[in-house]
Amino acid sequence: MSRHTLSVLVENKPGVLARVASLFSRRGFNIDSLAVGPTEHDDISRMTIVVSVEELPLEQVTKQLNKLVNVLKIVELDTAQSVQRELMLIKVRADADSRSHVLELVNLFRARCVDVVPDAVTIEVTGTVDKLEAFVRVLEPYGIKELVQSGMVAIGRGARSITDRSLRALDRTA
Amino acid sequence: MTEQMTGAQALVRALEHVGVDTVFGIPGGAILPAYDPLYDSTKVRHVLVRHEQGAGHAAEGYAQATGKVGVCMATSGPGATNLVTAIADAYMDSVPIVAITGQVATPLIGTDAFQEADISGITMPITKHNFLVTEAADIPRTIAEAFHIASTGRPGPVLVDIAKDAMQDTMTFSWPPVLQLPGYRPVTRPHSKQIREAARLIVESKRPVLYVGGGVHKAGAAPELLRLAELTGIPVVTTLMARGTFPDSHRQHMGMPGMHGSVSAVGALQRSDLLIALGTRFDDRVTGDLSSFAPHAKVVHADIDPAEISKNRHADVPIVGDCREVISDLIAAIEHEHADGRKGDFDEWWTLLDGYRRTYPLGYEEFADGSLAPQYVIERLSAIVGPDAYYTAGVGQHQMWAAQFIGYENPGTFINSGGAGTMGFAVPAAMGAKMGRPESTVWAIDGDGCFQMTNQELATCAIEGVPIKVAVINNGNLGMVRQWQTLFYNQRYSNTNLQTVRRIPDFVKLAEAYGCVGLRCERPEDVDATIRKAMEINDVPVVVDFVVHQDAMVWPMVAAGTSNDDIKYARDMAPKWENED
Repeated sequence: MSRHTLSVLVENKPGVLARVASLFSRRGFNIDSLAVGPTEHDDISRMTIVVSVEELPLEQVTKQLNKLVNVLKIVELDTAQSVQRELMLIKVRADADSRSHVLELVNLFRARCVDVVPDAVTIEVTGTVDKLEAFVRVLEPYGIKELVQSGMVAIGRGARSITDRSLRALDRTA
Repeated sequence: MTEQMTGAQALVRALEHVGVDTVFGIPGGAILPAYDPLYDSTKVRHVLVRHEQGAGHAAEGYAQATGKVGVCMATSGPGATNLVTAIADAYMDSVPIVAITGQVATPLIGTDAFQEADISGITMPITKHNFLVTEAADIPRTIAEAFHIASTGRPGPVLVDIAKDAMQDTMTFSWPPVLQLPGYRPVTRPHSKQIREAARLIVESKRPVLYVGGGVHKAGAAPELLRLAELTGIPVVTTLMARGTFPDSHRQHMGMPGMHGSVSAVGALQRSDLLIALGTRFDDRVTGDLSSFAPHAKVVHADIDPAEISKNRHADVPIVGDCREVISDLIAAIEHEHADGRKGDFDEWWTLLDGYRRTYPLGYEEFADGSLAPQYVIERLSAIVGPDAYYTAGVGQHQMWAAQFIGYENPGTFINSGGAGTMGFAVPAAMGAKMGRPESTVWAIDGDGCFQMTNQELATCAIEGVPIKVAVINNGNLGMVRQWQTLFYNQRYSNTNLQTVRRIPDFVKLAEAYGCVGLRCERPEDVDATIRKAMEINDVPVVVDFVVHQDAMVWPMVAAGTSNDDIKYARDMAPKWENED
């Protein structure tokens, strides 16, 4: 199965996330990652959904998503033609002996320290799935106390915007 | 023009504006504000049913008989949850209904208040869309949107849940409201390139079949279908949801396909080289084992719902559009092909199919002990009542016999629970159909199991003056389940005997208790007279208890999960597919 990244523009209304999530589970699709947040337009939210499915079931789930009345637009983002990021916060054991090693890794991965106490540091890192996985691997020997990760967000490269036309549709009905 | 009024008044006004004349429902605490202005409405008739499930199925029957949106209403909590089966049924069969439910007041939502249920959450997967309205000002627009969504594109159920305080608050009413549905854009115009490609495949095919589903009648396209069929000379099969969309008496009609379809219809699909699938969804009850379904056929699939196309079976030519427009465009494109001298020659195909039809006509077994065969009852109903009546059915053996042995000539005259298979559908659906078509005769063909689930609506029918007729095909058992126990569970009849043979309940007395006329028929020689007597009574509902033999089975049959090629014409009797290619 291959991974696909769907950008889904939805009306910013209560219950839309539940509709989307329940559709996936009802039709038997597993969501690898889901991120939702506001866009440049107050009336539109954007979901980035990562699913592992074959081509045909992907077409089916896209069509089913399109049938949801609150869904405005669905675009599959090609990995090469888009920028994809996840955010991770990691709390790692780091005392006086190990702190400088950990900080060296932080620099190598262009991560940031956001909190330091005598026996731990908390690190913020963004990047692709691969980068975050690699970062976690190198930190593991020091002892990861806690880890939290966002879903992936993604945006297409170049000047074109996927929200333009949906905005016009919204304006027509307003 | 604007006017100050309560949200409840606005609700009733909005219902009047969208053209609602009949609402089926039961009041309760949370919906109470709506029932006060409803009491004054001269345009909307509210029918007080006995159970909310009855309201839902009545709305479905009304919608299917009239083509309009059916409306049901219930209070919060259990009132709303009692609608759920009917809503799920409407979702599966694409029936346009709007369900309006009261919800507890906004400050109480989420507090586990008295009679609170999250009905919008509950119905999310079984509605085309639903709304929770918490502001009085949103009521008219939401009602307009609900009716628009229910009735356009692929029809379906829409639920509008309205908080009690939204109905009590004052608002400014104006009509028409501006719909705010930027994400709702059903495609109705088919793509001309796909139409041309379909026309080309049709004239080049040797063994084409028009595989017609419920979407054709929903698009009002039965006349266009007849023209297409006669223009091309292609055989037609009508699915359970499409019975009557093409006249049964037409020589090109091959019958119903599927698990209990005719050998000729199933054989036509299996041997076809081109399926022209119109408004149908390759349901498992039609295809049997999918991998061996119509193995030699290319597929042209037209449906208004893009998600149906290539869902179960790959479509070589996908056409998204309204069936009426699709068929009209197909006719034009095929006429163009014919004008250029390209015309299909289906003579050999018809020779094969006529052979199937001759060798394996629909039939049934009579019983030596003189007891009644259920199929005979339905055959006589068809002969005496005729094709201008509406027939409803629930689910099970009686439904299949009603699909097989009534001769349907008119689209939309068979109203049954197809996709969901809901026991208890027939009586309330007949009530709704009769209210939508008061000038027509409406027969509910029901089983004794189904009948006991919703017969309380006979009280509604008697009191509201809705003289439906009910044929209870009483074999004393959950017949279809018993049939499967006979065939697949070594005749171990676990919990399928309802023992109505002991007259518990006595359906004649039950009918009389409900203010209806009750008749009973137990012998073949009495069938005609009993049906005629029922036909003469038009002031009150009539219930006929047809006591039939419990061992009658529905044939032909494709066992669940097996190939259509393994259809059994009768028990241990498979058709011979001679003249193979």
